[in-house]
Amino acid sequence: MNLLQQLMEKPWLTEDNTVVELRDGRTFALSREKLGLRVFLVVVMVVFSLMMAAYIERKVFSDWHSVPLPWLLWLNTVILVFSSLAMHRAWISARRTEIDGVRVWLYAGGFFALVFLIGQLLAWWELVASGYYAAVDPANAFFFMLTALHGVHLIGGLVAWWRTMAKVTRGCGVVLVRISVELCTVYWHFLLLIWLALFALMLFT
Amino acid sequence: MYVAVMIVLVAVGTVVFHFMSPWWWTPIASNWGYIDDTIIITFWITGVVFVAVLLFMAYCVLRFRYKEGRRSEYEPENKKLEWWLTIITGLGVAGMLIPGLFVWNQFVTVPPGAAEIEVVGTQWQWSFRYPGKDGVIGTSNVRLISGDNPFGLNPDDPNGRDDVLVEGGDLHLPLGGPVKILLRSIDVLHNFTVPQFRAKMDMVPGMITYFWLTPTRTGTFDILCFELCGTGHYTMRASVVVEEKNAFDAWLGEQETFAQTMARAGSDPGRKASLVLNETGNVAAKDRQAQ
Amino acid sequence: MVDAVQDQDDFVPPAEVAEMELYHPKSWLTKYVFSQDAKVIAIQYSFTAIAIGLVALVLSWMMRLQLGFPETFSFIEAEDYYQFITMHGMIMVIYLLTALFLGGFGNYLIPLMVGARDMVFPYVNMLSYWIYLAAVLVLLASFFVPGGPTGAGWTLYPPQAILPGTPGSEGGIVLMLVSLALFIVGFTMGGLNYVVTVLQARTRGMTLMRLPLTIWGIFMATVLALLAFPALFVGAVMMTFDSLLGTSFFMPAISQFGEQLKYGGGSPILFQHLFWFFGHPEVYIVALPAFGIVSDLISVHARRHIFGYRLMVWAIVIIGALSFIVWAHHMYVSGMNPYFGFFFATTTLIIAIPTAIKVYNWVLTLWRGNIQLTVPMLFAIGFIVTFVNGGITGLFLGNVVVDVPLSDTMFVVAHFHMVMGVAPIMVVFGAIYHWFPKMTGRLMNVPMGQFHFWVTFVGAYAIFLPLHYLGFLGVPRRYYAMLDTGFIPESAQDLNAFVTVVVLIVGAAQMLFLYNIAVSMIKGKKSGPNPWRATSLEWQTPQTPPGHGNFGPTLPVVYRWAYAYGLPDATEDYVPQNLAPDQLMSDYDNSGLSHSAAQAAE
Repeated sequence: MNLLQQLMEKPWLTEDNTVVELRDGRTFALSREKLGLRVFLVVVMVVFSLMMAAYIERKVFSDWHSVPLPWLLWLNTVILVFSSLAMHRAWISARRTEIDGVRVWLYAGGFFALVFLIGQLLAWWELVASGYYAAVDPANAFFFMLTALHGVHLIGGLVAWWRTMAKVTRGCGVVLVRISVELCTVYWHFLLLIWLALFALMLFT
Repeated sequence: MYVAVMIVLVAVGTVVFHFMSPWWWTPIASNWGYIDDTIIITFWITGVVFVAVLLFMAYCVLRFRYKEGRRSEYEPENKKLEWWLTIITGLGVAGMLIPGLFVWNQFVTVPPGAAEIEVVGTQWQWSFRYPGKDGVIGTSNVRLISGDNPFGLNPDDPNGRDDVLVEGGDLHLPLGGPVKILLRSIDVLHNFTVPQFRAKMDMVPGMITYFWLTPTRTGTFDILCFELCGTGHYTMRASVVVEEKNAFDAWLGEQETFAQTMARAGSDPGRKASLVLNETGNVAAKDRQAQ
Repeated sequence: MVDAVQDQDDFVPPAEVAEMELYHPKSWLTKYVFSQDAKVIAIQYSFTAIAIGLVALVLSWMMRLQLGFPETFSFIEAEDYYQFITMHGMIMVIYLLTALFLGGFGNYLIPLMVGARDMVFPYVNMLSYWIYLAAVLVLLASFFVPGGPTGAGWTLYPPQAILPGTPGSEGGIVLMLVSLALFIVGFTMGGLNYVVTVLQARTRGMTLMRLPLTIWGIFMATVLALLAFPALFVGAVMMTFDSLLGTSFFMPAISQFGEQLKYGGGSPILFQHLFWFFGHPEVYIVALPAFGIVSDLISVHARRHIFGYRLMVWAIVIIGALSFIVWAHHMYVSGMNPYFGFFFATTTLIIAIPTAIKVYNWVLTLWRGNIQLTVPMLFAIGFIVTFVNGGITGLFLGNVVVDVPLSDTMFVVAHFHMVMGVAPIMVVFGAIYHWFPKMTGRLMNVPMGQFHFWVTFVGAYAIFLPLHYLGFLGVPRRYYAMLDTGFIPESAQDLNAFVTVVVLIVGAAQMLFLYNIAVSMIKGKKSGPNPWRATSLEWQTPQTPPGHGNFGPTLPVVYRWAYAYGLPDATEDYVPQNLAPDQLMSDYDNSGLSHSAAQAAE
């Protein structure tokens, strides 16, 4: 039954009781963890959408001065793509129950994510060194805030990654870490998409 | 029993209080009597619903109070009843909304030829600016504000030179003509309110907001700030004097213009202004207009 | 998003809902302090929320003393007054009501009422509480920093919130913003639990439309909160940047007290949009759980099914959805584009229709019922009266042109206190009297409860009804002192004094309520498992209070909706949700008192 039909049911009728009794208590054919992650991603998406809306709202006024984006951001974008690809490869290994592949690709994914974060810090440093402090102009403030918020979410992902890594190195079976690897991968892809959207937004000004 | 009586007492008491209340709106002094009419319509519609719901509830509590062994009626839905209630509610809502939007359309449509007057809010004082002989208000910029130029007028703008400035005094309005009140704040949010005018609008730094009205009654009324603006919010007062056109013109003639203020201060405002603009570089030439 | 579970033809049901692994506490500390049991977390949430709520109650007394008897209490300066109103508002709305309804009632009732052993992510649920506690402590800390807590009004509008001239701009505002951000992080953790538990962890047979309305209300409120709090989070982060780093997200060029500030180019209105994009759904985050809970209180104590259950569910969903497109009705006179007024007035008045239907259905549930005037029922009636009153004044403020003379007057204060202060608090009290027996195994003292109800209900009504009329008169809100005006008569001051006296009396009655809780917890009459003879699953637990894991060795199977009251072909006037259909005519009464009590009465 789809959601709409479920909401149209007349619960006081008991004729179809036998059918209903068999139904288990799930609304969606998804595991709890996956649904939980999706709900969380929706919340994160709302946060970034609102910030982007605020950015666009502010940008339309004539006194807007764009930040000269450091070239390093291009490199960082490529590194984040690598990170996401590595995580994806780890997930594929997990599905094929290849624990060695999971370990190697997880390491690679986390490593690239760390490199990305360091790259972002370097980009900040470059901006600050050339005088583009956050307080100087709204565009600078938006740049620092958006990148910082994205970075914080990636750090949160690295905590989950760390716990998964710990399970893998402890020698947990692939079946036990499969769900963790999958959740990490989905989160990585999501953050990559958010970054691409932010980067595009700041690029086309 | 006593519960039902109390519900009835609340309903009746509310209605009695409404009609007996010594606290009611002030006699109106502007053209916004339509707003009062809309309030009266809303009162009647919502009042009938309020009393009906409460009395029906009192009836239920009295009539269907607990009896051992009795069963309540089993009727999970009554589509017909629910449809009727929805439709009637919808009609009631439309009865309030349509007149409301009709009046709002008037509120947002400033009649052509309305005289422009600027109100400036600062912590915690009101100032006023009249367009002067040319009927045009000169441009201004917060960055130009200084001890000699408290309004931040642009000295290079010829429209501003004959503007009449009233700093910290009373606002005077001529009776009977539509006035567009431009609102500007140079520090925090304020709100220009005269209870007798019914209309009000926030003043937002970085923007120029407005509303319009036609004063319809002479007299002196209080101007209050209605948007929390810091510790001194409650002390931010002034008076508005609505008077006949002759008296108004006479009063206006006695006030100092921007050019006179500048001459008295003995400064060369033009030079100073360009200095400020150079220092801050990215200052917009003009404050952002209300969107 | 995802396909719903397919039709039963191609869906093979498991023999039993998958049992979840429960975390079993190993020490006193993990059982009662760092507990992962939703029931313990619920009680932690409730106690913290009520404790901070008492602080806000005392703050309201202080500001009423100033309003009722100006120039009498010299220790209340203007700065203090603005700090009191700000902290009172913020605490009551967020740290008391939101936390109590969702963190308190949500945690306690969701697993029990949907037939789950616990929340789906118990560890995250525990973290949720501790982060909430941290948020409360940071908030309290702002009372002890130089300059004190912020006095910018609970709406925290920039620019004044972070500028000198407003109390607490030195440090209080930053602590407030940090506390809000923490609260939101903590809430999101809890909210994920509530949503996923309701969606995925219901017991067999508990279809969406068999859920008690309490769960529907809490569920929808959680969805709203998850989508709305990000807006406040974004606003708080940006304002923190403005305050600490000197950025200008919300700060235009400003000349303050004769000095040019370094800010420039920001938009104060942007904050207002963000704040109210959160702030209006927030009203429903408080109201929807109250709607849900009061539906159950009315149904149980009127011994009648809720009238028009489906419409009640749909109304909750529709109100939730509409609440995201009405936010700018708080900003009619904010200086935003005035043409927005047409749109937002229309959506706002449309939302009155599903809300009115809910009111009708509550009253129609009483109609032809078998009404027991228990204390929870009294509070439910009190809720309907105050909610109808507060709801119709919302029609004044939502109708854009009527809002113009009334906005920022005492009318607004009276309206939102009636509709989201008094009415939901009535439900909170009713719910506590109702579920106290399940939480403790004892009944609360009835005469004390009745006295508490009448003082609170009549008092609150007497406080807020006249304030509307001061609003018509044009008395502004957020005024430390009215001073001399030409339009406010002397009698307004007498009214203010009267209101202050009533506030103190109503406040004192709440102490009696706390006393009642404390005494009843120890000495109250034993309630048995189901003193109200209710149908929903929380009353069918094998132990009272419910043990770890809520239910016995197997989870209950649900055969019907939660409103099977007055069924003609059953032994009792209620049929529990988990009673097998062939047991209808057996002796299934589990109230633990009725038969012997009834016989004794004969």
